[in-house]
Amino acid sequence: MPRRFVSIWFRYLLTDREGIRQKSLREMPVAFTEPDHGRMLVTAMNVHAEQHGVKHGMTAADARVIAPGIQLFDTKPGRNIKLLKGLAEWCLRYTPLVMVDPPDGLLLDVTGCTHLKGSEQEYLKDIVARLKALGYTIRPGMADTIGCAWAVARCAETGLIVPPGGQRNALMPLPPVCLRLAPDLLLKLNQLGFYQVGSFIHLPKSVLKRRFGGNMILRLYQALGQEAEFLLPLKEPVPYTERLACLEPIRTRDAIENAVHTLIDQLCKRLYGEGLGIRSAVLTYCRIDGKSGQLTIGTNHPSQRTEHIFKLFELQLDQVAPGLGIELFILDAPKTEPASDKQSHLWNGKPAADSEQVAELLDNIAARVGTGKINRYLPDEHHWPERAAAPTADLSKTPESEWNEDCIRPVQLLKPPEPIEAMALTPDYAPRQFVYRNERHIIVNADGPERISHEWWEEDGGYRDYYVAEDEEGMRYWLFGTPADLPGQTRRWFIHGYFP
Amino acid sequence: MDKTKQEIIDQLRQDLMAWEGFRPPSPGERQEFGLGPIENAFPNQTFPTGVLHEFISSRPEFTAAIGGFIAGIMATLLQNGGVCVWVSYTRRIYPPSLKRFGVNPDRIIFIDVTREKDVLWVTEEALKCSGIAAVICETRLLNFMDSRRLQLAIEQSQVTGFILRKDTKQANTTACTARWTVKPLRSKLRPGIPGVGHPRWQVELLKVKNGHPGTWTMEWRNRSFLHILPQTTIITADNQRYA
Repeated sequence: MPRRFVSIWFRYLLTDREGIRQKSLREMPVAFTEPDHGRMLVTAMNVHAEQHGVKHGMTAADARVIAPGIQLFDTKPGRNIKLLKGLAEWCLRYTPLVMVDPPDGLLLDVTGCTHLKGSEQEYLKDIVARLKALGYTIRPGMADTIGCAWAVARCAETGLIVPPGGQRNALMPLPPVCLRLAPDLLLKLNQLGFYQVGSFIHLPKSVLKRRFGGNMILRLYQALGQEAEFLLPLKEPVPYTERLACLEPIRTRDAIENAVHTLIDQLCKRLYGEGLGIRSAVLTYCRIDGKSGQLTIGTNHPSQRTEHIFKLFELQLDQVAPGLGIELFILDAPKTEPASDKQSHLWNGKPAADSEQVAELLDNIAARVGTGKINRYLPDEHHWPERAAAPTADLSKTPESEWNEDCIRPVQLLKPPEPIEAMALTPDYAPRQFVYRNERHIIVNADGPERISHEWWEEDGGYRDYYVAEDEEGMRYWLFGTPADLPGQTRRWFIHGYFP
Repeated sequence: MDKTKQEIIDQLRQDLMAWEGFRPPSPGERQEFGLGPIENAFPNQTFPTGVLHEFISSRPEFTAAIGGFIAGIMATLLQNGGVCVWVSYTRRIYPPSLKRFGVNPDRIIFIDVTREKDVLWVTEEALKCSGIAAVICETRLLNFMDSRRLQLAIEQSQVTGFILRKDTKQANTTACTARWTVKPLRSKLRPGIPGVGHPRWQVELLKVKNGHPGTWTMEWRNRSFLHILPQTTIITADNQRYA
């Protein structure tokens, strides 16, 4: 299906907006000025000011002289973008794919939308009429490519709807400015006598490229449809969305639960049919006083079970403030993934970590205590005890290496190690006794030392001499001493863990 | 007449146990935990799964010993696949160490909540999920009502729950099936060999439903529990000669 694009040119965007605000300004010359090198230069004007001869880049003083009674306003930076964004949202009624085209335009992907108004002509007429009713003077253009629609909207006298495949003919009589080129290039074309696109469109690509650079080729071919150009929509359309409008505004918890359940059920049925599952979902509720709120959930595993998704939302339903009543619920599923076949887990006893049951449990827990609280560890190739286990969030990941069994490690590890007062009679031997938290432990048996060095490629530091020590009562500790052989350092002792 | 009376009492005991949510294991389901004489202390001479076990610890050294003991039991529970959930609010457990007790640390999902009251909520949710092999809950407080809730959750799902009560000096009444303490004991190597031997614990079963409490000395050696009989610790004249 050939794509169709509409470019809307808001010729007097800022002044039109000012005219909507104050009706009296519609009939008099209005201009916007901007300070530049100590002067005030005109940057935008309305049709009356144009008739008086006010031009872009004219100083404010000159404009006042040639257009008596002109109203001058200061330009606020970024105001045009803000206005265009508002207008783009307004245009979502015509097509879901709208893009802001700074400084003064909008781009609409209207593929498959025009028949809604009868024909392409009716469609454009409707846009023009409605925007005119709002107070904006616009020029639209419709073509198969973004570039051609842009050119026609800005430069063409007639033929604003370019028929499918007619880009070349439409562009021929237009001036080169319609190709969205840089000003210096336009000046160069003008000096060379290329007043129309038609005068250089036949030239070979290599010649054009050598003379005018790659950008010109790109723009020309984009307008002709030989190079791809993409539209970045204002809002990404969500493919999986369900709406529920309430006949009466609802306020009670039962009614809200009922509505949410119905919505989830609809969405899940649809996803089930397509073999997909929800990974994240957003519930938006709109209150009758115009305010709205959102609840967001995420799952560890693609899910299409209504009860499970509902339970995740139910944990958050306390946050919904219905006010005077809620009139509309919208449920979006921005992230979906293919759901696995449920029967695959039927025969292998207890399910694995990435099974649906466990994933649902973890979803519930994450909804209550937060996602960062769920940890799973995989072996990591590090000697330094704090780094031997790497946390992972992925439940389906399997260890790449075996857990190290050669070294004996304590079941309880202190983070960080705590200093102890220890007495060692001979260097390189375990201490004879140590005091930790005001308790004296006499060591009777000890293993060690096991010297573990800092991994210099990770972090600077010395080494630790670890000892497994058992005291008179049978308690087993993991102690270490810091280096003693470096100049200016005495050995300090730490407790780092408890053995079973 | 006496015999029939005894039979009636036995029958009633069995019924009572069933009503309390305690099922005798079906013949194919019995798992060997290798606990030796400790298993005889339980009804049906079986270490009960699908119930709550409570472990009391008053010192961090005991907590470490309990961690090792639970990991040894968990290794058997995880043999049939599945995962284990470890809930705590101040976690010190060091995952790589569990490999020594036959548990692959990547099969454990640690949930580290920030508030202590969330521990019991998460534990209850996890116990309701029948896809989990075991749930370990580190908590300080557990009143009777909470333990009853956990027990009811377990009766549906048949998950084994371990409650590790840290820093508890006095134990209150709970609905747990068994209450344990595990304390580390001096390890023994062969006489004359210096160093620290295999982990050795004094395992005390303080309370058990329909069973016999007792105290045993256990050792973890070669990936299994080993019961140490009291007489082996007595130094014989023969041992003394080599010492």
